Amino acid sequence: MAQNNIDNIKDHAELFHQDEYQELFENKKQFEGGHSPEEVARIAEWTKTWEYREKNFARESLTVNPAKACQPLGAILAAVGFEGTLPFVHGSQGCVAYFRSHFTRHFKEPFSAVSSSMTEDAAVFGGQNNLIDGLANSYNLYKPKMIAICTTCMAEVIGDDLQAFITNAKNAGSVPQEFPVPYAHTPSFVGSHILGYDNMMKGILSNLTKHKKAETTNGKINFIPGFETYIGNLREVKRIAGLLGANYTLLADNSDYLDSPNDGEYRMYQGGTTLEDAADSINAETTIALQAYSTVKTREYIEKEWKQSTTVLRPVGIRGTDEFLIKLSALTGQPIPKELEEERGRAVDALTDSQAWLHGKRIALYGDPDLVIGLVQFLLEVGAEPVHIVVSNSNDVFETELHALLDTSPFGAGATIWGGKDLWHLRSLLFTEPVDLLIGNSYGKYLWRDTHTPLVRIGYPIFDRHHLHRYTTYGYQGTINLLNWIVNTLLDELDRNTIIPSKTDISYDLIR
Amino acid sequence: MTTRGCAYAGSKGVVWGPIKDMIHISHGPVGCGYYSWSGRRNYYIGTTGIDSFGTMQFTSDFQERDIVFGGDKKLAKLITELEELFPLNNGVSIQSECPIGLIGDDIEAVAKKATKEIGKTVVPVRCEGFRGVSQSLGHHIANDAVRDWVFPQYDKEKKAGNIPDGTPYDVAIIGDYNIGGDAWSSRILLEEIGLRVVAQWSGDGTLHEMVNTPSVKLNLVHCYRSMNYISRHMEETYGIPWLEYNFFGPTQIAESLREIASKFDETIQAKAEEVIVKYQKQTEEVIAKYRPRLEGKTVALMVGGLRPRHVVPAFYDLGMRLIGTGYEFGHNDDYKRTTHYIEDGTLIYDDVSAYEFEEFIKEMKPDLVASGIKEKYVFQKMALPFRQMHSWDYSGPYHGYDGFAIFARDMDLALNSPTWSLIGAPWKKAEVETA
Repeated sequence: MAQNNIDNIKDHAELFHQDEYQELFENKKQFEGGHSPEEVARIAEWTKTWEYREKNFARESLTVNPAKACQPLGAILAAVGFEGTLPFVHGSQGCVAYFRSHFTRHFKEPFSAVSSSMTEDAAVFGGQNNLIDGLANSYNLYKPKMIAICTTCMAEVIGDDLQAFITNAKNAGSVPQEFPVPYAHTPSFVGSHILGYDNMMKGILSNLTKHKKAETTNGKINFIPGFETYIGNLREVKRIAGLLGANYTLLADNSDYLDSPNDGEYRMYQGGTTLEDAADSINAETTIALQAYSTVKTREYIEKEWKQSTTVLRPVGIRGTDEFLIKLSALTGQPIPKELEEERGRAVDALTDSQAWLHGKRIALYGDPDLVIGLVQFLLEVGAEPVHIVVSNSNDVFETELHALLDTSPFGAGATIWGGKDLWHLRSLLFTEPVDLLIGNSYGKYLWRDTHTPLVRIGYPIFDRHHLHRYTTYGYQGTINLLNWIVNTLLDELDRNTIIPSKTDISYDLIR
Repeated sequence: MTTRGCAYAGSKGVVWGPIKDMIHISHGPVGCGYYSWSGRRNYYIGTTGIDSFGTMQFTSDFQERDIVFGGDKKLAKLITELEELFPLNNGVSIQSECPIGLIGDDIEAVAKKATKEIGKTVVPVRCEGFRGVSQSLGHHIANDAVRDWVFPQYDKEKKAGNIPDGTPYDVAIIGDYNIGGDAWSSRILLEEIGLRVVAQWSGDGTLHEMVNTPSVKLNLVHCYRSMNYISRHMEETYGIPWLEYNFFGPTQIAESLREIASKFDETIQAKAEEVIVKYQKQTEEVIAKYRPRLEGKTVALMVGGLRPRHVVPAFYDLGMRLIGTGYEFGHNDDYKRTTHYIEDGTLIYDDVSAYEFEEFIKEMKPDLVASGIKEKYVFQKMALPFRQMHSWDYSGPYHGYDGFAIFARDMDLALNSPTWSLIGAPWKKAEVETA
């Protein structure tokens, strides 16, 4: 019997390795109508070739394993950064179940969002009634301070007009007239989750700041994190801003929502930027966005409508953090504190300690545009060489920026930017032009399995490793975290490759 | 705030997705396929990307122009590209996302043409997410697509004399998605009692198995909710009887094995008894170890499909008590099938909202909540032990005798984890006590 030891109950990871199940698998093949092992092996080998790579890159209609999601996912992430805010997704209800599951699997936290649950009749008559009823139910049951509405592709295809619907819902008494119901149209057939974030952030800010422009500034700095999935990054930015004595508003702060303490009581709304602070953001000195490509429209809006300056600063790596601190210091008039200078020194010390293991290492990476730029900044600083850079949700402006960054360093000379490509393209790249390390989200594990390229999990989503999202990748502390994950993955791989006794273990060194 | 999903989730995510040798296209914008990519752990044996495609995401990634001008041309081209890059696929299914039905695309015409061009089965599925009120209609639509696009191949082959008669012991497992390997820990028992499992629907299943299913003598249905439609169709059209069984917990496993065997001859019946005896020691050891640790603990369930009733006996076998259960997308016939599984006084809830479920739990105060990923951390924040009963919390299998041992282990580790006792700072507790 397969479960032959009560003190060591085997689950799927071991159970199916037992003889009984191996026989079962073998026996099942006669019914499957599958291909011969030789044929499977032949095709598997073929997929590793340059010939396959060329065919793979010639496809025009098919997307396989993309590294991007759709707009409303980003929209609801933006929404939950505001105090007491309930994201409301207008359209089919399945989308919301997917978004909630996705975030919950990554953050291991509850994620609340509601849907107007449109079905066939709404497809014919429009979703206004769903929105009117849905708003009333949400307001009464979940008692939010704000409801932020975005759309699914269903509502967009049939052309539902959110602005008119919300007005009508208020007139129908679903929510009080003065209750904030910002909205954003977030069609999933345009852009990706980062655009959805941008659209929702713009929608919320334009709603909350309406008629709030004062004569004088409030002296604050606004920070917009963008589609940020590292809770540690929000906390690091707050810590650094605090150390520099900056008076600031984070637009918006979902760190408590997505990393709440367990004290035995569940609270649906946790922390967040207060609506008052958000409303007053229009009167800030300036706005600093920590990502560029998830804040394009929001920054444009802030500059045009608020007449406020905006800057993009990514505090990643040593120089990225330096620039961030210099800017903050200039804005606050405070010198950069010794504490941060010492942190810098420690981080640089760590980099120099590990540089030999990173120098000249060939790296493939993929992810959202801003994540990729931050990582490339870091890699170039330590002398690692980005080789394949895949960004499914790329655009021309991003590619120009990344090219310019790569051009600043001889270590960037060997890099190719593969905009609009997916992870099946990357598979071909890794087979035909192998690298030492892959950086990406959990889906990279399939590439690790197929190509044996060791994987460092950085990005979103990370489903198969715990707690990485709690760390920071920003600031000098974040630099040490990035270094730790990358260098120790390389060293783990070196051990794995030198672990066979009397064959490879001559290099199985104790000291590295 | 509903826990329900959509028709696409019911078709692509549940019924079709696990068929491992076919490529399932998430047809429409990128999101649906992305969020359901590798989410359900439908285990399979195969070389992914070569002859199996279960943990991959194929999509037509609709852009605005596809909405405006229609996606049929893109779809047709996409299928030829699939065929070139994945030549060992044994068929394709087109899983419609919301826009497809709204923009008036003719995916059936594309499918027919593509079938001729690539010489393989291409199945169009009209599972747009706005159809119906939950994933349940998606199951039905997916079942109908099998009826309309797969079984005609059986009829054709049968007519041509290409379908072997099989044995008197041929059965199919229907409605087991092999989450964590459930279908395997079930199949092993069916094979041990002497049956020949010709097809698995759909966990670790293939198109070939599906096509051949109308040749079986009996369909064994685990998830009635998602596959009763096709079982009834096979009964009406091919005269194949079907039987619901339940492989959760030794009491029900024995009962089900005896009932299944009763449909066959005495050799099978005798073997069923042998198998029950064979696993007796294993089961007794599991119960002896875990029952004392779980005795009297109360459970509240809220899940989909068959589980709100089917898993109940496994809890009873461990001495636990069910105090509430509910379906995410149940129908009348599910409730009819529920009452004999539960004790009088058990609270039953249908399609609870997040608000309702939370309020029920606060009132019932169960020792363990067993529900889905969206609920998990809500209740863990309330210091309540929780197990996911869709994904087995990344464990499993839970079906069969081998699965029961894992189930028992997991309920114990959830309920008796020392981490729960850390919740709440001692000085806060002291404050409460003095007050």
